[in-house]
Amino acid sequence: MYNTISRMMRTGLLTEPLPAVEEAAPTLETLQQGLLRIVGRALCIRHVDAGSCNGCELEIQALNNPYYNLEGAGVKFVASPRHADLLLVTGPVSVNMEEALKRTYDAIPDPKFVVAVGDCGACGGVFGTSYASRGRVANVIPVNYTVAGCPPSPTAILRGILQTVHSTSSTTSK
Amino acid sequence: MLPDFMEQRTALPANMPSSHLRVDGQQWLWAAEAMRQFCARFLSLWGADDRDRDGCFRIYAAYLLPESVLVVEHSIAAAAAPFYPSIATLFPAALRMERAVHDLLGISTDEADHRGWLRHGGWPETLFPLRRDVDGSQQYPIVSAPYPCVAVEGDGVHEIAVGPVHAGTIEPGHFRFSVVGEKVLRLEERFGYTHKGVAKLFENLSQQEGHRLAARVSGDSAVAFSWAYCAALEAITGTTCSSRAILLRALALEHERLANHLGDLGALGNDAGFAFGLTHFSRFKEDLLRANTVAFGARYLFDYVVSGGVAVDLTEQSRRLLLDQYDALEPAVANMRSIYDEHAGLQDRFREAGRLEHSTAERLGAIGLVGRASGIACDLRVDHPWAPYDRLDPQRIMQTGGDVAARVQVRFDEIIESLRLCRALLAEPPMDGIRTFVSPAEANQLGIGLIEGWRGPVMVALETGPDGTIRRCHAHDPSWQNWPLIEYAILGNIVPDFPLINKSFNLSYSGQDG
Repeated sequence: MYNTISRMMRTGLLTEPLPAVEEAAPTLETLQQGLLRIVGRALCIRHVDAGSCNGCELEIQALNNPYYNLEGAGVKFVASPRHADLLLVTGPVSVNMEEALKRTYDAIPDPKFVVAVGDCGACGGVFGTSYASRGRVANVIPVNYTVAGCPPSPTAILRGILQTVHSTSSTTSK
Repeated sequence: MLPDFMEQRTALPANMPSSHLRVDGQQWLWAAEAMRQFCARFLSLWGADDRDRDGCFRIYAAYLLPESVLVVEHSIAAAAAPFYPSIATLFPAALRMERAVHDLLGISTDEADHRGWLRHGGWPETLFPLRRDVDGSQQYPIVSAPYPCVAVEGDGVHEIAVGPVHAGTIEPGHFRFSVVGEKVLRLEERFGYTHKGVAKLFENLSQQEGHRLAARVSGDSAVAFSWAYCAALEAITGTTCSSRAILLRALALEHERLANHLGDLGALGNDAGFAFGLTHFSRFKEDLLRANTVAFGARYLFDYVVSGGVAVDLTEQSRRLLLDQYDALEPAVANMRSIYDEHAGLQDRFREAGRLEHSTAERLGAIGLVGRASGIACDLRVDHPWAPYDRLDPQRIMQTGGDVAARVQVRFDEIIESLRLCRALLAEPPMDGIRTFVSPAEANQLGIGLIEGWRGPVMVALETGPDGTIRRCHAHDPSWQNWPLIEYAILGNIVPDFPLINKSFNLSYSGQDG
């Protein structure tokens, strides 16, 4: 136990400021106010791998490390699509995942957002469309925002999530 | 003594001693029997459509012998129902690969399990996408195809169906548990959800760009796959990379191993309810990825290994930064190890959970990290050291427990050994160039590249076409062999321990789905 506590004390806080989105960088406060206005609580994300190579998953997982501290910003991953506000989709949509993705999308209550993560999700990437792949996510379900990159950095993914919420919150506040 | 017909083998271009043997149907089986007798490890099985060349389909099997790799090739005359004998009774891991070969090429075996593996109804049953006369870019409507799982019956037995979409940021796959109370009586896996038609896509790429797709077969093993691809191409063309490029490839491979092991150790702590472990290990992993950005130009090294060398050179400043990073990481990991070792709750969850007995691992052909945690001595870096491992004297890491705790210990030990290798690689780096020109290969040449990735041996078998094209490329992830083992390791455990056990294997879905 001494070792555990001592490591915590020595490590301290590592969390970095949120990345900038278009116009002005959101402060933690404005972001949380935006989230509160739109969803009334923390933003809940459901992730679906629709056929990715697993590279994007690694970077999404990194969002929970202490540097990015996603939950600290009022954003959390949930296990059920019925608890989610935002669907984060990675990969080109493989034909074997098409139905599962559609069902997950349908299970998310309105209003819902979809962010396609990575080159594959954004445009099909190296896999494109074929007998086994439907290509980009927008070919299968409506997409609000895409984050390019192979894989995109956690900062880019975080920016994509914030941008989606930010643009919605600016529209709804007008 | 190997049977007489096996003396006919010829040398095969590869990054380690390898040979090639052409056999008929009977010998295909005899060769497999001989391999089983000689305790060879089964590496991979794949097929090809060569009807345009000589009217035959081909089936290949690769085996790892103590002193070399053997690729056995059997030609199957094209008929209404092309057929070859199954080797799954000798090497159980071959069964899923044989089913996958059927889905892609329409050549089948005498095995009883004819359920589709990669085809879930996304393309017609009579269409075999890897055949040369099939246009792979065509799209088809989905026709739901039933998949009967093996039913377990009896008082109080019920089924729990999980997936393909899981409750977390992980890849898709289906698990069917038959349980009594919480105790697992049987687990059946079903994969293929992320099948993206990689093999067919390779045929549209040039030899020079194939490494990009190879890197994306399984993203967490990008370096291993792209290096295996390049090793095969370079062996076929007789290209020798500069010693600096070889060194940097090994450095990238060890960084990939470090990053994955660090991530897994954190996730394993978390899955046993010790979030502190995740926080600290994910921080170490992030530090390493940030160092990657400085040293190699990217967090994940997807396009770092390129044909003839590597894409980015390492500066002297980066070299020092990496050495400093290792100096900071090593004591931190040692500290975390003592915290893990002394944590009674954590050890209670790790020990005895998901035990894969040595005998089961041996019989079913476990390889890589999972094999090494069950006492299977198999590490290509040690057994068949290719450059630069031939001068690094990599140490064999092994545990015999076969449980989650053993797989945790293997990861800790491998991190320490990887750090030693990284330091040795950076001690006196040679100053020659980082990229050698690779001339287009002659047509119809077969070569293989084998790299010990963090999960186990990654293999790429490459066959060249005319004018710098790829005729056929098979990329094999060791997850193929190790996935079926979880069905055994879980027996007698309770359902809530499955995430922990599954994480301790941490196998690739995308790598096996292709």
